[in-house]
Amino acid sequence: MPALCLCYEVHEPYRLRRYTVFDMGQNSVYEDDDRNCDTLLFTARVCYLRMNDLLLKLIRRYGKDFKVAFSISGTALDQFEQYAPEVVDSFRALADTGCVEFVAETGPHSLAFLYSRDEFDLQVREHCARIRRLFGQKPVTFRNTEFVYNNDLAVALEKLGFKAVLAEGADHVLGWRSPNYLYRPISTPRLGLLLRNVPLSSDIGLRFSDRGWNQWPLTAEKYAAWCHSVADSAEVINIFNDYHCFGLRHSGETGIFDFMEALPAALLARKDFRFTTPAEAVKKLKPVGEIDVPEFMSWDDEGRDLTAWLGNDMQKDAVHALYALTPRVRKVNAPELTHDFERLQTSDHFRYISTKWFADFVSDRPNPFNSPYDAYITYMNVLADFEMRLTAAEETRAASAAATKQRPRAKAGAGRQRSAPSAKAGV
Amino acid sequence: MRVLMFGWEFPPHISGGLGTACYGMTQALAKKGAQIIFVLPRAGEGGQNDFLRLESASGTPISEDAAERMVRVGQDIWQENIRFLSVASPLTPYLTPQDYAASLRSLQRTPDSAETRSRPGAPFTFRLQGGYGPDLMSEVRRFSRLASAIAMRENFDVIHVHDWMTYPAGMLARALTGKPLVAHIHATEYDRSGENINTQVADIERAGLLAADLVVAVSRLTRQTVIERYGVRPEKVVVVYNAVARHEVERRYEIPPRIRHEKRVLFLGRVTFQKGPEYFMEAARLVLQKIPNARFFMAGSGDMLPQLIRRAGQLRIGRRFHFAGFLRGEQVDRMFALSDLYVMPSVSEPFGITPLEAMLYDVPVLLSRQSGVSEVLEHALKADFWDTRDMADKICAVLRYPCLAAELVKNCREEMKSIRWENAADQLMTVYHNVSGGN
Repeated sequence: MPALCLCYEVHEPYRLRRYTVFDMGQNSVYEDDDRNCDTLLFTARVCYLRMNDLLLKLIRRYGKDFKVAFSISGTALDQFEQYAPEVVDSFRALADTGCVEFVAETGPHSLAFLYSRDEFDLQVREHCARIRRLFGQKPVTFRNTEFVYNNDLAVALEKLGFKAVLAEGADHVLGWRSPNYLYRPISTPRLGLLLRNVPLSSDIGLRFSDRGWNQWPLTAEKYAAWCHSVADSAEVINIFNDYHCFGLRHSGETGIFDFMEALPAALLARKDFRFTTPAEAVKKLKPVGEIDVPEFMSWDDEGRDLTAWLGNDMQKDAVHALYALTPRVRKVNAPELTHDFERLQTSDHFRYISTKWFADFVSDRPNPFNSPYDAYITYMNVLADFEMRLTAAEETRAASAAATKQRPRAKAGAGRQRSAPSAKAGV
Repeated sequence: MRVLMFGWEFPPHISGGLGTACYGMTQALAKKGAQIIFVLPRAGEGGQNDFLRLESASGTPISEDAAERMVRVGQDIWQENIRFLSVASPLTPYLTPQDYAASLRSLQRTPDSAETRSRPGAPFTFRLQGGYGPDLMSEVRRFSRLASAIAMRENFDVIHVHDWMTYPAGMLARALTGKPLVAHIHATEYDRSGENINTQVADIERAGLLAADLVVAVSRLTRQTVIERYGVRPEKVVVVYNAVARHEVERRYEIPPRIRHEKRVLFLGRVTFQKGPEYFMEAARLVLQKIPNARFFMAGSGDMLPQLIRRAGQLRIGRRFHFAGFLRGEQVDRMFALSDLYVMPSVSEPFGITPLEAMLYDVPVLLSRQSGVSEVLEHALKADFWDTRDMADKICAVLRYPCLAAELVKNCREEMKSIRWENAADQLMTVYHNVSGGN
């Protein structure tokens, strides 16, 4: 019984404003509030609210036969709550149907797993708690930022209590094997690994509105026929996409909403086909083999590697400078510093510094900066100011600690008094 | 392809970027098989090259018959298109104070630099000074006659002229020989003078561009200026970007130990309105508030220099802001090699070759967005010339974050591989073929 597993990435980054060297130490307003708000309101209107409505309609129409999963980042949730709370409500309405699974990730959509395991655990735990609070579900499936995955991640996730993990069905990892089965990571047999079906995902996610594509226009019937054609050699077809592809990457005029509305009927026309969520797939299916991923892979770009975020020295410099602060930030444990520190970890900041394609960003996730150099300059300026604040907080902390220690002793105070006149005498 | 080129500068008879561009361009064209006769107002010693024939217009005999024909076709060129006023106006497009003084002296030495005719009816000629003197307009007029005389005796397929000083010559030669005219525009009067243009120059520019069979602009920016300001038909204007000629041997310069811990920021260019030196100084003031041990160098001379020196004193940044004067040859190389960043804050820069030269020395560059070269350089920092805070922020970033400079330099090196005079020459050869009907 082959099943279609739909999972959507819902992510909105907080873009930084053009923070210059003259702002450093003067003010600590890092984010471009106007831009973030405008972008989110627009996205909410053309994408989130419209598509959530459609999904709700489909769930009502097909009952338990239609299912979908979301991986919502913490920064996206922050922006919904801050600028468009009705989006949270619409996701909550979807959660209440029982046909929607919420997949966990790191709250700030960060690359923390690569640099600080403690930071990663903390971010995942906090985000799980938040999803539970908002949607009443304890996540059992995990998807890392931009599908960054390797063997070690699987081990870490198992320790955190997850049952399933989503990853890219990269050719170099799969080899001759098909992504349409459940696998298990070589590093831990107790976790289910679902691999993205790249061609079928990209047909909707990337190519749908491409008039130069020889399969354009894509109809629900045609797409369903493709899925049906692999039915004999498939147990779970994983269609993982960016939620932006509905209404934003492919605008409403391209017919993407009509396509999605017609898709369940077309797919379910074959009686043995159904929809599933990742958690359900892992529960029902048996892994057919082991997958070994010693190197990090992601769902990005041709190389399916980390070069979009860590391809050049500026990106590495920025990310290393950031994570070098981790122990200090956690030690100081000041809420506003922790908050800013997490925001600065959002992977998009590093992608904006990429020199790989220069102007070649997907239309719905543009680089807010004119050039990667501007992005790097801004980020480093922000980080420099952040470090100043951190140092100041550490000094305050040390001073207050010293004060509490020294208060009972009178001698320390006397010493200070003695030294004062001698300094004056020197002048 | 035989090309008759009229130019006002050619190394070593050089004053600015025009000569450098002509040199690189002709060298590459020669490699593509073009036979070039390059006519200068006055070619002195040491200017001979193996890749082209350098001709001096000065002293070319003009026969009575030729003069008559010139008068016939020349009448309408000068009188209908150009309001020629023989006023000793201060026509100093690329003039530095020193050059001005020098040309004034030479003018006083040879007060009668006009016609030299031995007897009536015999061929006559003019003597030209070259360069940019106070009587530039009469020089331009005389050059047009002399260059045309050369055009009448030589065989060629295309006339290619560089900037307005040679446009009258190009127009006259085209009228006399019927050969197609390609007008290359390296800078317009609007670039040089902003809105306070010299109308005579602008009129010559317009006439030359309209008369030309094809106009070659050095950037999209210049192409736009030509179309908007002079009403040249857009389909007649093509863009051919300049490039930079690689030095055969690049000497490496050691940074003296005593200044190794400091960072140096360079401005190199004429100190005039067009180049935006005051914005550089303002940015320097802002940077010094943040990085007190940075050093700023302003190399070049120009009419704004005295004013800027006063300004540096007024801002009390003189101990960190240095004026290097006009640099030549090896001094330029040394200056580039010592610099950590090259800044070109031009208010209006049709192309701007110096950033490319800086890049040859692995110096990162910060360009004004109002420059043609920023169209071809992706891997450069860019700022609007008026936004001195943004400029200062970027200067600080280069001085503070070594990764940034390294990445810029690395990517620029890659980018420079495609910015070659050979590519420009290929495009120009196509242009020649198109205007000469593919022969």
